Amino acid sequence: MRSRALTAQARAETVLQLRQGENLIVTLAIPLGILVFFAKVDAVSTDYAHPVDFLVPGVLSLGVMAAAMVSLGIATGFERRYGVLKRLGSTPLSRGGLLAAKTATVLALEVVQVVLVVVVGVSIGWHATGGIVAAIALLLVGTVAFAGLGLLLAGTLRAETNLAVANALFLVLLFLGGMAYPLAKLPTALQDFAKLLPAAALSETVRAVLTSSAFPVGELVVLLVWAVTMPLLAARFFRWEE
Amino acid sequence: MTEPTADPAAVAVVVAGLVKHYGAVRAVDGLTFDVARGEVFGLLGPNGAGKTTTVEILEGYRTPDRGHVRVLGLDPVADAGVVRPRIGVMLQEGGLYPRLKPLELLRLFAAYYDDPEDPAALLDTVGLTDSTTTMVRRLSGGQAQRLSLACALIGRPDVVFLDEPTAGMDPHARATTWQLVRDLKARSVTVLLTTHAMDEAEQLCDRVAIIAGGKLAALGSPAELTRHAVADEIWFAAAPGLDCTALAAALGVTIADVVEDRAGEYVVRAAGTPARIADLACFLRDRNVTLAALQAGRRSLEEVFLQITAENA
Repeated sequence: MRSRALTAQARAETVLQLRQGENLIVTLAIPLGILVFFAKVDAVSTDYAHPVDFLVPGVLSLGVMAAAMVSLGIATGFERRYGVLKRLGSTPLSRGGLLAAKTATVLALEVVQVVLVVVVGVSIGWHATGGIVAAIALLLVGTVAFAGLGLLLAGTLRAETNLAVANALFLVLLFLGGMAYPLAKLPTALQDFAKLLPAAALSETVRAVLTSSAFPVGELVVLLVWAVTMPLLAARFFRWEE
Repeated sequence: MTEPTADPAAVAVVVAGLVKHYGAVRAVDGLTFDVARGEVFGLLGPNGAGKTTTVEILEGYRTPDRGHVRVLGLDPVADAGVVRPRIGVMLQEGGLYPRLKPLELLRLFAAYYDDPEDPAALLDTVGLTDSTTTMVRRLSGGQAQRLSLACALIGRPDVVFLDEPTAGMDPHARATTWQLVRDLKARSVTVLLTTHAMDEAEQLCDRVAIIAGGKLAALGSPAELTRHAVADEIWFAAAPGLDCTALAAALGVTIADVVEDRAGEYVVRAAGTPARIADLACFLRDRNVTLAALQAGRRSLEEVFLQITAENA
């Protein structure tokens, strides 16, 4: 029974994601668009031999942010608004089961993102020189951090406010995330601030392992702190009814 | 008050000394009642009386501040894993994924339970077969209510909680819902419902509890509640302008006890004994006046409700 419920829930969550057209813009079109645009229009002038070597790790991180924070968070916020979360609370599907189904849905979306980003990246000249496994591990840690943040917002704000805040946060973290262009392009004070945010911490660490550069331990610590605190805060403050 | 049943297996729902505050507001204030297995039980009360709070405590959404509740002998929060597969819930509003179609939603809910109803057949039963291609968000209020009812029944529950099940339904959907509740009763399913509609309570419920200000104001079958409220009053409707003095004489009451309340509506303050009703009929026959409506002896549940809730306000 349990696995049948989880499978059905994950399938329904996936169908709902696909029916939300704007969702696919944030999770797929924007990351792929940024990858192609910034690779072709050499607006970046990074230290990398090919801009795409800089961009692929950044866009992979951007995809995680879009899937785990924006997509999951906004959908969950509206499920809370419509009383769906409350209604599920009196079915045999446990909260753990719901969370597992949502996790599976986010991971499935991320797999699609990674495949598309890698295929497009390779087609425009990307080749990884570093640890794929370590990159995947970091993306998973990032998923935990951003899902925690997205659910914290979804479980505490009104659905419309959550929608606006999640989208605004997505933009801010994209600009300050070292994803489309290097952090070094930012003013120094802003760089220091940006390095405390989960977006830069994720993209810098993923980039380091994929390009076999010196590993930024400080950024890893920042990422881990977000990955621990955000889910705890979400679990503490999440309200199932709006 | 009906005595609590001693045999725990015969009791589906227990509410004992239940108290629940929201901030300084005492939403439920020492409520006690039992619902027998297979009973259809109605919670009546004005808005804010504590009906929904009580039902949501039974559904495991909230915990009591004091007192305790049992559903099928179990604690709905502590024993949630055992209780939830055996109950069906219809919230007062919402609870449906807006971007699923009715059959998709029912299939999803069916997957939560071990031995569910057939989703397509149940959709047909609640009269939503024509809406299978429509997204939930495009359903009318009454259609969404019926889908919500189907979600409550999909798991073949032993106890069903329906919070204002017919609110927003057209008369046809209402009749369908009433029939579904009667079908549940025929299958010995326990139903606890809240309603504002007194005719609904009179039609469906074996017993009703009237709550006012979070307290139990009355408890019993609709017949019991209205029997206690025997009114020494005859009300009838006929042609306007009847001679009230002559009518009083014919009925053996004083002139002051007969009033034409509104044009063509008369109230006689006297017991509706068979003899007096016969006298009234003779009085009308002698004047060739048609009797349009007559009520005597008992007040409707609605009148009892209004009186009780006014006294407890």
